[in-house]
Amino acid sequence: GPLSERRLMDVRLGELPAWLATCDFSPRGLLGGVRKAWSSYYNKYINVKRGGPAGISMLLAGYCLLSYGWNYQHISKVSFLVSV
Amino acid sequence: VTCSLSHATRPLHTTQQRLAPLPPLPEKGGEVRYGLIPEEFFQFLYPKTGVTGPYMLGTGLLLYFLSKEIYVINHETVAAACILSVIIYGIKKYGSDVAAFADRLNEEKVAKALAVKNEAIEGLESAIEQEKKEQWRVEGRSYLFDAKRNNIAMLLETSYRERLMTVYNEVKKRLDYQVAMQNLKRQKEQDHMIQWVEKNVVQSITPQQQKESVAKCILDLKALSKSAQAAV
Repeated sequence: GPLSERRLMDVRLGELPAWLATCDFSPRGLLGGVRKAWSSYYNKYINVKRGGPAGISMLLAGYCLLSYGWNYQHISKVSFLVSV
Repeated sequence: VTCSLSHATRPLHTTQQRLAPLPPLPEKGGEVRYGLIPEEFFQFLYPKTGVTGPYMLGTGLLLYFLSKEIYVINHETVAAACILSVIIYGIKKYGSDVAAFADRLNEEKVAKALAVKNEAIEGLESAIEQEKKEQWRVEGRSYLFDAKRNNIAMLLETSYRERLMTVYNEVKKRLDYQVAMQNLKRQKEQDHMIQWVEKNVVQSITPQQQKESVAKCILDLKALSKSAQAAV
């Protein structure tokens, strides 16, 4: 189908810049994108009859990675490493 | 970035079938291996690298992060290891029990909703039956009215006859009164006349006649006594 309506996984590598150009980067567009991503994740892994630990464990793992990335500068400082 | 963590429902009314009822929830979530990595990743790498591809990628990445100190081993590593081991042990041991409990809660909710629906259906069915019965009763309306008309006619007839009887009794009483009056009058006239006649007769008997009649009676008595003595 047309480029702007395809999802990221269906876009080929060569078309990536063109696809990025069609994206809506206004705050409203970003909010819509975030909401769509959350709703697709929620409906796939959490809003089911018999879920498992996978739904929230992935969220927690993502949170761990993100917080590690934010604190990397502080963790890698020598003074921090010596004090432990 | 503000995320709306409200319950974003599944996309409703996006397809052509707007009038169909809500589709049921999917049974199981997306496949996730080791609780962290979705199955799509393994399928994505399978054509190029076979089955062991993602594991080699994972091991390589891990060693690279460790050697280059992108992941620093400190006290937090030990803490994370302990926490993870406890969590995994807890999930392995009590996971099925918690799942069964949650399933039972769901079952109860569904059963309650089903019970409400069944009760509503039963109530409506009984209402339909009663409606049919009322319709059947309407057919018998003509008989009911005939019976009522008969009753009323009977009442009218009885009251008419009662009044007739009353009239007859009243008239008879008046006629009896007249008859009694006439009888009384005649009797009074008779009595009065008899008395008057007796009085006049008694008055007309002069003393002379009385003496003669008494003497005659004595003579007759003597004759009778004589004949009686003769007979004995």
